[in-house]
Amino acid sequence: MVKKMYTEKVMDHFSNPRNVGEIPDADGEGTVGNPTCGDLMTIYIKVKDNVIEDIKFKTFGCGAAIATSSMVTEMAMGKTIEEALKITRDDVADALEGLPPVKMHCSNLAADALEAAIEDYKKKQKEK
Amino acid sequence: MIYLDHSATSPVNPEVLKAMKPFFSQEFGNASTIYSLGRTARQAMEAARENVAVLIGASPQEIIFTSGGTESDNMAIKGIAYKWKAKGKHIITSAIEHPAVDETCRYMEKQGFEVTYLPVYEEGLVRVEDVKAAIREDTILISIMHANNEIGTIQPVAEIGEIAREKGIIFHTDAVQTVGKIPVDVEKLNIDLLSISAHKLYGPKGVGALYVKKGVFLEPLIHGGGHERALRPGTENIPGIVGLGKACEIAYKNLEKDQEYTTQLRNQLIEGVLGGLEESYLNGDPDKRLPNNAHFRFSGIEGESLVLHLDARGIAASTGSACSSKKLEPSHVLMALGLEKVEAHGSLRLSLGTENTPEDIEYTIKSIKEAVNTLRNLSPLWNQ
Ligand SMILES: Cc1ncc(COP(=O)(O)O)c(C=O)c1O
Ligand code: FES
Repeated sequence: MVKKMYTEKVMDHFSNPRNVGEIPDADGEGTVGNPTCGDLMTIYIKVKDNVIEDIKFKTFGCGAAIATSSMVTEMAMGKTIEEALKITRDDVADALEGLPPVKMHCSNLAADALEAAIEDYKKKQKEK
Repeated sequence: MIYLDHSATSPVNPEVLKAMKPFFSQEFGNASTIYSLGRTARQAMEAARENVAVLIGASPQEIIFTSGGTESDNMAIKGIAYKWKAKGKHIITSAIEHPAVDETCRYMEKQGFEVTYLPVYEEGLVRVEDVKAAIREDTILISIMHANNEIGTIQPVAEIGEIAREKGIIFHTDAVQTVGKIPVDVEKLNIDLLSISAHKLYGPKGVGALYVKKGVFLEPLIHGGGHERALRPGTENIPGIVGLGKACEIAYKNLEKDQEYTTQLRNQLIEGVLGGLEESYLNGDPDKRLPNNAHFRFSGIEGESLVLHLDARGIAASTGSACSSKKLEPSHVLMALGLEKVEAHGSLRLSLGTENTPEDIEYTIKSIKEAVNTLRNLSPLWNQ
């Protein structure tokens, strides 16, 4: 029953998540959580010449939360900071060929975590 | 597939199906008619009533057939409340009832009744002292479930029933999860009203019963042709009723054996999981629990992801976490245990059945370990 709820694309990213892990010397790091469902996501980025050259995530959450984190890291990899900032919640959901309505907030989490990681990177650049 | 979600529903026993079959196209008579076809239907229905009664230590006249657990719960609570509203408007229930009771009580509040939702403690049990303390002059009904459908804890219903009887208050219990699994005797447990659902004991869906003790009066919720002592009118669902009766007959015959068998499997499962995985816990009381229920909690992971991983390994299980249901909030039962949201989300319910084998359980333990470790590897809340 749960399986039907998700597209094959979601199940693929859930079962074989890409870019799992941490980057110890990350240039930017963003953590966001959803207080209602309790889910939590951290994204790490490594940036070179304004391009995201490495990105990893760690997620505590439902199937959609794991799939959207995996998807968003795949989408952001190799993009410039400006391009990556343009990735929206809907882009992530669309790339996964849709999410059930109650699971739309899970894609918010992924887009927000990416944005938080980029903002963290920008802040650190300024401080340099 | 290994099916470990018997608390949600169970497969129809082939013998039950066989008993039901003739009542669709051959013995299709209306039980209210007096020619032989109708009499056959009536006899089958009365035999079923007898089987249900025997299983719970009641007499057949005390069994009303319904469309299942939800209707039985509604009939009991609304039926008593409406009948006795002149006497009082206070109802006592618990914080961990199934929605069939919980939502009915919330609705009754809107109808002007007052409801006390008793807390449970860490082990998931209602305390008898709390029941005593909650009783008021105008309390007309106490409704406390026999065993919880999520965490499997068995409530002290005999003691609660005794207090209710002393005070002259009507006592209802939702026994949907216990009938057929552990001995249920309405006399010994001091019960006035008891809900049963066929599909939890290898019978068909959409049929159940309400035990109504002789001398307890209810206001009917629906009106019509006077069937079921005018408490539940409507041409009877004979195939379903026959199925319920057969399921009860089989359960009665095998109760001890089945109880012993599932208890063994359950213990194997609990020991295997708790012994094989660090920071894994059992929710609910370890002893006062259904013989077929194991409810776990794993630090650092979320239940829906775990259920999906088990599904990929051919295991059907369910989660206490609301992420898989319509609501995002964690289950009210787990929150009532005093768990943090994050903890409540990391829960897994496995409910066993007689068709499961020790090999199934071994495979399940192995699969749970793999899945939990996989998920912990991606969890920011888990540090190896
Ligand atoms: C404790 C409890 N009460 C009531 C019900 C509802 O029963 P039914 O599905 O027959 O309406 C269930 C099953 O979902 C249950 O577990
Ligand atoms: S349910 Fe909250 S992230 Fe999926």
